[in-house]
Amino acid sequence: MNAKTVFMGYTRSDLANLVVALLVALVVIPTVVQTDYWYSSILIPWLCLSLAAIGQQIVMGYTGQLALGAAGFMAAGAFACFNLILRVPYLPFPVALALSGLIAAAFGILFGLPSLRVRGIYLMVATLASQFFIIWMIDKFGWFKNYDTSGIITAQDILIFGKPFTSPFEMYLVVVVVVTVLTILAINMTRGSTGRNWMAVRDMDIAAESMGISLLRTKLQAFAISAFFCGVAGALFAFTYLKSLEPVAFDIKLSFKILFMVILGGLGTINGAFIGAAFILLFPVVLNSIGNNLFHGAIDATIISATEQVVFGALIIIFMIYEPLGMAKLWYNIKQSVRSRFAPRSELPRQRAT
Amino acid sequence: MTEFLFFIEVVVAGLLAGTMYSLVALGFVLIYKASSTFNFAQGAMVFFAVLAFVGFMELGLPFVVAFFVTILLMGLVGFCTERLVLKPLRTQSEDTLLMATIGLGFVLEGLAQATWGVEVRRLDLGIGDFPIQWIIDSTGLFISALDLTAGFVAAFLIIALALLFKYTKMGLGLRAVADDPGAASSIGIPLGNIMLLVWTAAGIVALVAGMMWGARAGVQFALVDLALKALPVLIIGGFSSIPGAIIGGLIIGATEKVLEVYVGPYFGGAIEGWAPYVMAILFLLWRPEGLFGEKIIRRV
Repeated sequence: MNAKTVFMGYTRSDLANLVVALLVALVVIPTVVQTDYWYSSILIPWLCLSLAAIGQQIVMGYTGQLALGAAGFMAAGAFACFNLILRVPYLPFPVALALSGLIAAAFGILFGLPSLRVRGIYLMVATLASQFFIIWMIDKFGWFKNYDTSGIITAQDILIFGKPFTSPFEMYLVVVVVVTVLTILAINMTRGSTGRNWMAVRDMDIAAESMGISLLRTKLQAFAISAFFCGVAGALFAFTYLKSLEPVAFDIKLSFKILFMVILGGLGTINGAFIGAAFILLFPVVLNSIGNNLFHGAIDATIISATEQVVFGALIIIFMIYEPLGMAKLWYNIKQSVRSRFAPRSELPRQRAT
Repeated sequence: MTEFLFFIEVVVAGLLAGTMYSLVALGFVLIYKASSTFNFAQGAMVFFAVLAFVGFMELGLPFVVAFFVTILLMGLVGFCTERLVLKPLRTQSEDTLLMATIGLGFVLEGLAQATWGVEVRRLDLGIGDFPIQWIIDSTGLFISALDLTAGFVAAFLIIALALLFKYTKMGLGLRAVADDPGAASSIGIPLGNIMLLVWTAAGIVALVAGMMWGARAGVQFALVDLALKALPVLIIGGFSSIPGAIIGGLIIGATEKVLEVYVGPYFGGAIEGWAPYVMAILFLLWRPEGLFGEKIIRRV
């Protein structure tokens, strides 16, 4: 935090990052990428899952609570959004999205309660309850699915003030805007007193408590905000990527994937969420295309998906041993080594406390 | 009277199904006792072991040979885990180790599927999953032969492990390591060998659990999800207690079945999926260290 702030507490590099990110998202990508495949199969799910990973990051990376139920909160958000649009006439999509985030947050508070008593694997088991309970609840009570018996419900069109956003590119724009706003919000929170409290609780909860930080407030706040992010991400995921609503899409496997994104991406960093999501999402795509193009389908699809599992698992172990701070730290190291080659020594940025 | 008989039947079926959870939990406890590691991969080990066993059987190995070859393989898995995963992370926090074992679980699941495929296999142990006639005749209860076998096998394993811990030199060493790894290794107890033994024992337990589950539900990936239910069992029984794992399994098994049969219909059924976890939460509020676990004391 030594860098000079130039605008409302942001440093010059913060603003530069934002401008570059927005330029890439809104100018470079729309001019370079013309095929729908990239929008609907890579960019949209990546951004949605990154948002969910930020949610997981808040509770796990910043507050140090080992939770494994992100997909449950995503399901809560997705079905909340479906029902809000279905039952409340003229509700603009952004409002429905925010409300479904809040509904997911309510679940987050409820299932975050055990974190006040337990930690580590105990908490993990408690949060597994949320995963299984929410999916079960949606599955068993027909009201949530509007008594649809086919099992797959088509998501409604996204309407923002009467204008439909239905093409992959239009949906991409919606996702970009939501993710940008929420990412800035998340960065602000992690840098402000909220985030400082989270990190104090993560580093040593008893010490934090004795310094006057309310564990009850801080932990429940982290769970609520985390679930809010997951809920919004789940709604976006269902409406822009899956285009349908089915509880199965939010099973425990997705929770594990989001957990892996956060661990591999780097615990306690926002950009780690994006890097991790990109890796977890893209690696299977790359592996599949290698299998198809290099070996012309000679390798069985089950072998490919099994290889994927082995690689993810092995990478987790390797990162835990050699770089517990994940890919975000690797990226930081690369940036540093490039910078130190070109910048005079006095201008080297000091490492920011994470 | 028939209603009461039905209740007993539900409870007994639940208790016996619970011993299957206990078997998974048992492997978990073994490793936790010896190395204070929450081995999240125990469920994956169950899947890996039984899939390997079925794979060896398909190669034409006789039952007993396949059993022992699988045990050797599980020993090798334990050895690699100890050397490649646990040793480099010995100084790290419990949460880091837990995350590493989650990774280990994925590696084992992936390896098993890559080697032996994903299709569901039948495993015939020669024990039918149907009620035993003479029990029906004498008491009127319908009790599956497989459930009963699982109960006996669990009892046998516990007694064998208890004797091993209590009366052998290895067991003494193991208890020393569990107490204080540093002190134990400084007086010359071979830490590596003890760990290898523990992981092999956990592998055997995993294989037996997998064979029981596999005979009932087929050898398939869903075993991993079933094994997750060992976690609430551990919370109720305590992570470091072998009797706790058994009693926790019995409690979860029985309560789950009773709830499913008597409460489930009011909620559309299938509450088995989450009921154990909610029970674990409620239990945590009352006794976070479990029935038999050691009290957790945390200091700044």
